[in-house]
Amino acid sequence: MKVSIEVNGRPVTEEVPDRTLLVHFLRDTAGLTGTNIGCDTTSCGACTVLLDGESVKSCTVLAAQADGHAVTTVEGLAGADGSLHPVQRAFREQHGLQCGFCTPGMIMASVSLLADNPKPTRDEVRAGLEGNLCRCTGYHNIVSAVIDASGQEVDR
Amino acid sequence: MSIVGTRVVRQEDQNLITAGGTYVDDLRAEALSGAAHAVFVRSPIAHARIGGIDVSEAKAAPGVLGVFTAADLGLGPHAAGPVEEPWLAGEVVRYVGEPVALVLTEERYQLADAAELVDVDYEPLDAVASIDAALDGETLLYPETGSNIVQVNGMAEFDDAIFEGCDVVVTQTIANQRVAPAPLEVRGASLAWGEDGRLTAWLSTQNAQIARSQLAGSLGVGEESVRVIAPDVGGGFGAKIGADPEATVLGWAAKRLGRPVRWVESRSENLTSMTHGRAQLNTVTIGGKRDGTVLAYRLDVVQDAGAYPRTLFLPTLTELMAVGVYRFPKVQTRSRAVVTNTTPIAAYRGAGRPEATAAVERAMDLFAAELGLDPADVRRANFIRPEEFPYRTPTGAFYDTGEYAAALDKVLDTAGYAELRAEQRRRREAGDPVELGLGIAAYVEITGGDGGGESGRVDIHPDGSVVAWTGSSPHGQGLGTSLAMLLADRLGVPLEKITVRHGDTDEVPKAIGTFGSRSLQLGGSAIRQAADEVIAQARELAANLLEAAPDDLELDVERGVWQVRGAPSSTVLSWAQVAETATGGKLTADVWFGDGQPTFPFGAHLAVVEVDTETGKVELRRIIAVDDAGPIVNPLTFRGQRHGGLGQGAAQALLEVVTYDEDGNPTTATLADYSFITAVELPDFELVDMATPTDRNLLGVKGIGEAATIGSTPAVHNAVVDALSARGVKHLDMPTTPIRVWAALEETAKGNAQ
Repeated sequence: MKVSIEVNGRPVTEEVPDRTLLVHFLRDTAGLTGTNIGCDTTSCGACTVLLDGESVKSCTVLAAQADGHAVTTVEGLAGADGSLHPVQRAFREQHGLQCGFCTPGMIMASVSLLADNPKPTRDEVRAGLEGNLCRCTGYHNIVSAVIDASGQEVDR
Repeated sequence: MSIVGTRVVRQEDQNLITAGGTYVDDLRAEALSGAAHAVFVRSPIAHARIGGIDVSEAKAAPGVLGVFTAADLGLGPHAAGPVEEPWLAGEVVRYVGEPVALVLTEERYQLADAAELVDVDYEPLDAVASIDAALDGETLLYPETGSNIVQVNGMAEFDDAIFEGCDVVVTQTIANQRVAPAPLEVRGASLAWGEDGRLTAWLSTQNAQIARSQLAGSLGVGEESVRVIAPDVGGGFGAKIGADPEATVLGWAAKRLGRPVRWVESRSENLTSMTHGRAQLNTVTIGGKRDGTVLAYRLDVVQDAGAYPRTLFLPTLTELMAVGVYRFPKVQTRSRAVVTNTTPIAAYRGAGRPEATAAVERAMDLFAAELGLDPADVRRANFIRPEEFPYRTPTGAFYDTGEYAAALDKVLDTAGYAELRAEQRRRREAGDPVELGLGIAAYVEITGGDGGGESGRVDIHPDGSVVAWTGSSPHGQGLGTSLAMLLADRLGVPLEKITVRHGDTDEVPKAIGTFGSRSLQLGGSAIRQAADEVIAQARELAANLLEAAPDDLELDVERGVWQVRGAPSSTVLSWAQVAETATGGKLTADVWFGDGQPTFPFGAHLAVVEVDTETGKVELRRIIAVDDAGPIVNPLTFRGQRHGGLGQGAAQALLEVVTYDEDGNPTTATLADYSFITAVELPDFELVDMATPTDRNLLGVKGIGEAATIGSTPAVHNAVVDALSARGVKHLDMPTTPIRVWAALEETAKGNAQ
């Protein structure tokens, strides 16, 4: 079927098999490989993107379901001049990533979390990111990164 | 001013945070255009004879380019262990997840449809699904060998005489359960044969050069005919060392098809087909005097090797590190490795040392509990003392430096140990159903223990830029930034002018790579050695230019210039100016650092847990850690390594376990079933600094990649048992899930009632 999605502000229209997952549409059709696939049970959150501003796991959304909607991926966060989004900057500053594989999903989930709760506590960040798995960081610095991105002081 | 020791954000991050990195499945290289997609058909049965495989229907499915089985492969033997592991199973399958056939299609979405049509006739055999069943020997995986035991090391028979004279002797069998490494990026590979007859293989690996040698050997071509590139690698944790057998089969298939091949496994495949870790059953016996002095210790290890023994150094490494941080006068160890109808076992963060530490740290707590002494006091009474270093243990490890008591004291002071014990007493007196538990682990581990060296190369160009190549293969550790920091200090060149490269065998032909926390101490020392060679070359050139004796020249690292000693106002030369005059147009040194000896990082952890005795639920409230790995290059990444280690170590104690039913069917084969730890189950970590240098490498550093994993598992485990101790529980195995805690309490309550 023909699917048309606005990806990071750019319309992408393509004929794809009905069963095409949004994550594969993004990676293979739109050519944006920043969104990673970490599991096949919607458990890990590596593929998290924003669909009309809300975070979704793009391995559990059909491209067809996103037809006519807007998707933001990690490639769409930085400014046109290359300036980092506050969440990207904070992940770097707080060492909120190691191998980087969970990072695009973690960053997108954090953007969504902060949109809902601009000044979260550390416990609220942990609860908000429960659906995103990381094997490297033990989550400590990811929590610090979200706190930093929210404009609050990181005290540990 | 020295940059080493200061907090530096990583050079590695930019591409990862803006473009999500370039992992093997992200590659869009020209060489891979038109690549066939690949999937392995894997055994759904733990143990079966293969009656036949019918691929005709699969071959006729849309988009299928090839379906291959063992009968098609013209590959030599798989050189591994005492029994031969097939590339694809042809006669017998020995674990669920074992590859049986390879399917290649035009499109990714055609793979699952075609794989479904491969018809394998399995004739089920009895499965050996546990260590006990393996030892029992009723069913054999390899009947021709006559036993499921594939390796024995240490004492054939134990001698109880070592426990003579002990006031108290305690013995306990402790399961160090099988866990899944589960890096967020699963395994993947892309392979293309060039018109020049060379294979280029992009692998998600920790060791491109080892993988190259393995692929060349298995495919029967010279090493010069294989190039391996490790792109961004999404975590490894020991489970991505070298090349997995799948890579060889894919390389063969790419040649056979005459087109590139790309493969990425699914997570469910990953959880049954990537190697697992730990999987030991350890029996400890500890004896000593009533004052808490240990007189004798025995460790009897049984290693589950899985269906194919790929990594048999694990149990012997556990024996080597058996005594941990203690000066036990008499020690006995033994290990046996057995095969079972389960996923093969290999390295996982710590690889042999966490098991030794878990055993001895549980033993110390059991001993202390039997004597009614505080576990901290019993540890203090038995620590190897600072003046005893270097210290040769009874099992042959040769420790470099250690301040074991100081590490424990720092942790307990920071935590407020006495107040925590008081709080524990208060809760118990008040009959609080939520018990507080305190768990101590003191540990020592071995890093760079493989005995190999590492390569390093440094080039300085006429534009003043520095390019370094390391044989290490960082994949998240931030080693590139650490090496750049070392070079910045040594050469006096700003960080932004330094690039560190790695992971391409054409650029770095000789290397070992990353495992065993070896990279900074060996790869870092190699970079230091290369930098020093470049400095020596530059000294000669600069002396010539400045018409001075080489010995009269000095490198001013503050300004990054060469000058005549004692005449700072005279002419100076920049690195660029010196490099311009070098033969070949640049300064260059390519070295092998081969002198590095293993080092022994150590530390102490205190875990504080709350256990709801009505539900069995354990909450990890605090974990306070000293992880001493010598001088710190970049505190940011040093702490990051500790955080990750604490999380993974705590996960084993609290939640994670790979399970099989009695027929060998995996019951944790998806991330929906495997209890991968999340952010809500971990607390903020409390790190305490300590840095005791070693004399065994050029930098004085020890490895930090695995240390915190090793300490945290027994700390959290001991804390849970401690919480339950007043209710009569002396031991329960990991993971300390609610059902296990609840069952242990029920059992104890029943025992008390009788």
